[in-house]
Amino acid sequence: MLILRCPYCGVSGEETEFHAGGEAHLKRFGPGSSDAEFEAYLFQRENPKGVHFERWRHVNGCGKWFHAARCTATLEVFGTYPAQSTEPPADLRKAISAKRPGWKWREFS
Amino acid sequence: MSDPATPLNGAHYAGYVTIAEAAPRGMITLRGDLGDKGFAKVVKAVTGLALPGQREFAAKGDFAVAWMSPDELLVLCTYDRANAVVADLTAQLGDLHSLAVNVSDARALIEITGDDAREVLAKLAPVDLSPGAFGPGQIRRSRLAQVPAAFWMTDTGFQLVCFRSVADYVFEALSTVAQPGSRVGALV
Repeated sequence: MLILRCPYCGVSGEETEFHAGGEAHLKRFGPGSSDAEFEAYLFQRENPKGVHFERWRHVNGCGKWFHAARCTATLEVFGTYPAQSTEPPADLRKAISAKRPGWKWREFS
Repeated sequence: MSDPATPLNGAHYAGYVTIAEAAPRGMITLRGDLGDKGFAKVVKAVTGLALPGQREFAAKGDFAVAWMSPDELLVLCTYDRANAVVADLTAQLGDLHSLAVNVSDARALIEITGDDAREVLAKLAPVDLSPGAFGPGQIRRSRLAQVPAAFWMTDTGFQLVCFRSVADYVFEALSTVAQPGSRVGALV
């Protein structure tokens, strides 16, 4: 069971109050992109054992989307941050590094 | 004007707490930028209540204002005045990017009264309802069994709102966990 904190209403709730929305920080490739780019955007996802970044929605609460960083192996939630972020905030990355030295996820580490 | 048809037709259940549909109440969804000073001023002028902070619930006289999300408030007033209050809000908000809608008939309002009201609600919602964690003046939007709901405390227990379409489900679920003899007694 994940305990997530909604960055908008400050509620710490268990995961049934939220809804998972897939991988975070995807760059959209639409019309005009190459077939390879579009395929990667549509189908290719990270599947890490360890640090992972996801989108979540506080579906039974304020209804807002946000980002969460968590460990897929231990279900530990490192932190959450607003959906308007294009990359994980520096302080969160530092906090993850303290707990999982040498972690890497896509271009972030 | 004909009487409003409430979602539960005044249903009432007496278990080890009492579950009852509340009298018809005016409910208005008000959306806008809660950080805008002009928005706060209009809310104060119309309801007489200051803008509530995060997850706060404030009531005074006929009005109550609840914080629903960073851009949404729930305004409670008397049922008959809801349309007038919407018109008043809309007129006073003017060009400010905002929306006020009368949702009185789209919601069900249910009251849970009794000493063990906290426990009955805690059986259905994944929320810490111990007195130290949740008290009067707060609102919590969460899940009640399988549907979304929002609740706050009154002098005698709780009031909760849910969508009208699931009013019967919520009432039955609450009645089931409030059956006599099902008291747990862990949450005082």
